[in-house]
Amino acid sequence: MREYAGSGAPTVQAPSPFSGRPKDVPVSSLVGARLPSWAPYAAGVAAVAVALGLRWLLSWTGWGTAFWTAALLFVIGLTVWSFSVEGRRRAKDRFASTLIYASFVAAVVPLLLILFYIGVKGFSVFSADFFTKSMNGVTSRQEGGGLYHALIGTLELVAIASVIALPIGIFTAIYLVEYGRGTFAKAVTFFVDVMTGVPSIVAGLFVYTFLLLGFGMRPFGFAGALALAILMIPVAVRSSEEMLKLVPRDLREASYALGVPKWRTILKVVLPTAMSGLITSSLLAIARITGETAPLILLVGYTARINYDPFSGDMATLPMMVWDQLGKRAGTTSNDLTEARAWGAALTLVLLVLILNVGARLLARLFQPKAR
Amino acid sequence: MAKRIDVDDVNVYYSDFLAVEGASINIAPLSVTAFIGPSGCGKSTFLRVLNRMHEVIPGGRVSGSVLLDGEDLYGPGVDPVNVRRTVGMVFQKANPFPTMSIYDNVIAGYKIAGSRKNKSETDDIVERSLKGANLWEEVKQRLNRPGAGLSGGQQQRLCIARAIAVEPSVLLMDEPCSALDPISTLAIEDLIAELKSSYTIVIVTHNMQQAARVSDRTAFFNLAGVGQPGKLVEYDDTAKIFSNPTEKATEDYISGRFG
Repeated sequence: MREYAGSGAPTVQAPSPFSGRPKDVPVSSLVGARLPSWAPYAAGVAAVAVALGLRWLLSWTGWGTAFWTAALLFVIGLTVWSFSVEGRRRAKDRFASTLIYASFVAAVVPLLLILFYIGVKGFSVFSADFFTKSMNGVTSRQEGGGLYHALIGTLELVAIASVIALPIGIFTAIYLVEYGRGTFAKAVTFFVDVMTGVPSIVAGLFVYTFLLLGFGMRPFGFAGALALAILMIPVAVRSSEEMLKLVPRDLREASYALGVPKWRTILKVVLPTAMSGLITSSLLAIARITGETAPLILLVGYTARINYDPFSGDMATLPMMVWDQLGKRAGTTSNDLTEARAWGAALTLVLLVLILNVGARLLARLFQPKAR
Repeated sequence: MAKRIDVDDVNVYYSDFLAVEGASINIAPLSVTAFIGPSGCGKSTFLRVLNRMHEVIPGGRVSGSVLLDGEDLYGPGVDPVNVRRTVGMVFQKANPFPTMSIYDNVIAGYKIAGSRKNKSETDDIVERSLKGANLWEEVKQRLNRPGAGLSGGQQQRLCIARAIAVEPSVLLMDEPCSALDPISTLAIEDLIAELKSSYTIVIVTHNMQQAARVSDRTAFFNLAGVGQPGKLVEYDDTAKIFSNPTEKATEDYISGRFG
């Protein structure tokens, strides 16, 4: 089957999904035969059917081999079918499209599965008590208790880390974009890039050696916040830098030409124009560190009680609560009750980041320069 | 209020590269001067020297003197910020501030710089500037709308209003009409004819007919050769440049033989 009639008398064929040419219509050299729009679904169903048949016939256990067989059959089948009807070019197109869609599915499906799993498992333990009580006095075999202590611990540490890291990050970005020219700026960029890759345990170890060992202190909340800030700064610098670079140069020139000094131009023109982008990048940085656990193990410890003071004593945090409930802290195993609470803490963490993200987008929309 | 400009033997550099060599020009107050020449000959660069915007570009520097009513803009201790308040500029691409309304855009020269004015003062300034830019009638009902929501010609007139709001002595215009349609271009040219009675105006243009229509005197810039610095070749009354120029290069350019 040719893609188009080519030379010679136009041929007329009966309609069928396998030739794709409608009946009694003279073939033009512009029109190419096409598979019907339901072709991919038909190929998918056929592939699954054949795979299931093979599974039954050959008595495969489990679903893995059947799944991969179905996938392979689908890709090969659809490509070959397309090649026979639509021709080489479209067959290649279908092959590439199928692979791209498959990659998309492979990337998104695990994410959705995780969210779904956490949601289902964690939701069952949600209650008013769960959000207002701590684990004080509740042992691993008892029901009840809650994550209030861990929730306010996480919120406090994230807030302190943000207050330290975001101004440093944004001011560094302003320096790099507006002022930095020579070797110092290049050195700063280099070290920021290096810091982006620092493992969280190393950041924790640094603060541990410096503060806890160096001054002989016991774990306390602020130390953890410091380590989180160290992890946040490079992310904040990099993404803020990108946002500031997006402000067009001619806006700065317009301001200079009016006789406005440079610092005022940055404050009143560049920052407001980049504001929505800066908010997004700040929230990216916050989301990066909200779930970091390694520094907290070293520096903040864990407690079942509510501790509001970040400067004395262990503080509870959501990731550490998950760890604790699974028995790792005490070296024991978990049971249904503790597992349910761990899921609850995990779900709360995910929801926290989700709320921060949504809130950030709303704020960014508010600050967006309007066109009308 | 409008001042005269006297430029003496100015060399303009981008780091080590000499872009414009040995330019000298005398611009009378309350006149319109046009800079013409082929692309890349340094006319925009030279324009930016007049309000110390050239040094904003990394590596930009200038030697020589530029006198504004006898005062050297590049003298020791002169603050570029003050120079730019006196010598205003309008750019090729209209660049109203996107986060500000029309009202705030016009008053930006005062507001961003932090000078305190009460509402009635700013209202007066906005009205005067927008009337001066021939934009008042079109936008007086929607001063609080975003500045970026206007058409191209209106945006450029908004930028002109913004520039004249701070009452400069000189107005520099870098190809202000090149991004605009003929009707908007005509509106801006009429505006220049009106502004001439209050400001000294220097306009860079690619459009020779525009230079002929709008300016009193014209300066022709040219490159000596590929990779050579630009030079001011001829500076004379517009009528003479376009009918009977002294230099051959000028005549070649005017008659379209190159550039």
